[in-house]
Amino acid sequence: MWKHHTKLERNSLPLVLAILIVVSIGGMVEIAPLFYLESTIEKVEGVRPYTPLELEGRDIYVREGCYLCHSQMIRPLRDEVERYGHYSLAAESMYDHPFQWGSKRTGPDLARLGGKYSDAWHRDHLIDPRSVVPESVMPPYAFLANKPLDYRDIQAKIRAMNKVGVPYTQEMIDSAREDLETQADPFAGSAKFLARYGAKAQQRDFDGNPDQVSEMDALVAYLQMLGTLVDFKTYQAEAPENRR
Amino acid sequence: MTTQSAQTDAAPLNAVLLYALTGLLAFGALMATAFSDDRLFRFHGWIFIAAFVTALSAMTVGLSSGRFRSPQDQYADGVVRAGVIATMFWAIAGLLAGVVIAAQLSWPTIFYFPEAGWLNFGRLRPLHTSGVIFAFGGNALIATSFYVVQRTCRARLAGGAWPWFVFWGYQLFIVLAATGYLAGITQSREYAEPEWYVDLWLTVVWVAYLLVFLGTIWKRKEPHIYVANWFYLAFIVTIALLHVVNNLAMPVGLLNSHSYSLFAGVQDALIQWWYGHNAVGFFLTAGFLAMMYYFVPKRAERPVYSYRLSIVHFWSLIFIYIWAGPHHLHYTALPQWAQTLGMTFSIMLWMPSWGGMINGLMTLSGAWDKLRTDPVLRMMAVSIAFYGMSTFEGPLMSIREVNALSHYTDWTIGHVHSGALGWVGFISFGALYCLVPWLWKKDRLYSNALAEWHFWIATLGIVLYICAMWVSGIMEGLMWREYTPQGFLANSFVETVSAKHIENVIRTLGGLMYLSGALIMSYNLWRTIRMPSQAPVAQAAGPAPALVAAE
Repeated sequence: MWKHHTKLERNSLPLVLAILIVVSIGGMVEIAPLFYLESTIEKVEGVRPYTPLELEGRDIYVREGCYLCHSQMIRPLRDEVERYGHYSLAAESMYDHPFQWGSKRTGPDLARLGGKYSDAWHRDHLIDPRSVVPESVMPPYAFLANKPLDYRDIQAKIRAMNKVGVPYTQEMIDSAREDLETQADPFAGSAKFLARYGAKAQQRDFDGNPDQVSEMDALVAYLQMLGTLVDFKTYQAEAPENRR
Repeated sequence: MTTQSAQTDAAPLNAVLLYALTGLLAFGALMATAFSDDRLFRFHGWIFIAAFVTALSAMTVGLSSGRFRSPQDQYADGVVRAGVIATMFWAIAGLLAGVVIAAQLSWPTIFYFPEAGWLNFGRLRPLHTSGVIFAFGGNALIATSFYVVQRTCRARLAGGAWPWFVFWGYQLFIVLAATGYLAGITQSREYAEPEWYVDLWLTVVWVAYLLVFLGTIWKRKEPHIYVANWFYLAFIVTIALLHVVNNLAMPVGLLNSHSYSLFAGVQDALIQWWYGHNAVGFFLTAGFLAMMYYFVPKRAERPVYSYRLSIVHFWSLIFIYIWAGPHHLHYTALPQWAQTLGMTFSIMLWMPSWGGMINGLMTLSGAWDKLRTDPVLRMMAVSIAFYGMSTFEGPLMSIREVNALSHYTDWTIGHVHSGALGWVGFISFGALYCLVPWLWKKDRLYSNALAEWHFWIATLGIVLYICAMWVSGIMEGLMWREYTPQGFLANSFVETVSAKHIENVIRTLGGLMYLSGALIMSYNLWRTIRMPSQAPVAQAAGPAPALVAAE
């Protein structure tokens, strides 16, 4: 065996080839099946693509590095389920490009944040976290409230999401700008918007400032829908097809 | 010898090719910047333009004054010297960013600025991680690999001017990544945050790096490829594979700075942590083991302990490491079979890791007495001990039941830093302390006493850091799951945050001490460089007998 190894030590290309083969095996065995095993993602009702405003909010969440301190993945452990809500399903992040599960909880998990606090609380908390949670170590995000949302490329964003497999329809792509403005304006006609994104989609002035669509609007819209899509009153966690 | 002379003639051609390529890139960057309506994309466009135009001017001067000749009977050490200086610079930048964000978590009312979002923790944290891993660690790896491959192959670096392209191209990557984080350009993949066009640029640089490295091996005058070069090769090749797959993404537009990952949810998570854990395995382990396999035997003047152990642990290490990613996703929505596989291989990984530790430490047999007198060798020995400790802790934390407590807590941060500060940092500092006198032809360091100070301040800093994180991590993990006798959760989340304040302060202090050590080192090395030169020492003598004996 040692003699055979000498060949690799004397020939660089076979050595490189051997390294490539050895390091490819593990990844192929672990990753490839996730794309075709049907049990990987549960079949659930209610999970829909993000609305244009939520997608912009999610991009801000990514831009500010929120995922570095907040997870979006509730583990099926007693204390987590009692603290945060039902454990996270794979289906709930099936349209997350990229995923936001996180790896660290310097702050609490956000997977089911939607609806837990009022818009005003979020606004105050983002502007000055210590005004509502005195012991918090979170950075302040006061600038979000003043900064108008730049959504010139929202159509291109939805189109790119569609290209990587999120089921946006052509109609959704075409009306992206209109849907974004509709969602942030409580007085806009909502029928078409709700028809496209479902009756549970939330339409209101998230930042409390009717004069502009701010980055705060987008981020709060995103935070307020987190974990609200699946109806856990009807979800059968113990059903055989959902046990993994 | 014909190939040799051909090489000498080809070197200027290489430089001309590089010159033309730089010109094309400068033009391309100018066009892309001019036509983009994305403010952030234009910002990076200007950095590209500035870099390419500067490179063009420098190369114009260099080409006309004939500075791109590469005499084949001399080693190319200029690029290694540049790499050593860059390593020192980025070490201080990356560590400083770490101290700042540690202070932000300790004193949020002092170190945050409501209107300056770019100074928030979320923007600075990637600056710290990329700064220490890719800027400091990456430069240490590129510089030492260029030094080691020449000595162990007894050949000048291949590619003429291209090693300089690798060096400067990599610095450009670092600047783009760092400015991008501050400006909010990120794809939110931990340790792979740079956006798609920066990833493409790194891919080009990395392929050039692989070709320079392989090309030097092809020119070798030694029949055997030395063990350090196997590790460097595994590091370069595997990082290329990981980088390309993990960064597959759909740009919002060709002139837009944002992109969306090709994968979603559970698949995306496993691909990211397949990358993330093997950034540890191949960047921070395989690459630095290569460093150990050259600098420890050289400094101790002993042969590598066991040739057969190096073969066994090399192949088992690279085979098993790749499987370990899922242990970052225990109890998540990742299917349990994948979690179990990841945990099993993580525990198996303990053995090849300790194979490397034993091979490194036992190389000191017969030279243990030097640990008393030589702070540089002691630093490298302690780094191997930290390697052993953190590769024991890692498998422990990958056990599902342990991970249920440790995941999401500061324990993980402590674990990472025992590896990063103890192993990666100390082995790199050891290599720098060796390289500077060798490269600048001095017979000793400016001051051994300063090296002693560096060693002790940094070691105490690490101990403070990791102990504080163990305490705060295990404490917050236990507090999250604590119940009252009535069966209610005992603590609100924010109570676990305020409970960590004193540990956060100790961590900041530990980091500050480690940074001070690095500053002392930089001063010491700078003074070493500025010392009057010794009589020139013959450099092309080939590897020391100590290295050959390992075969």
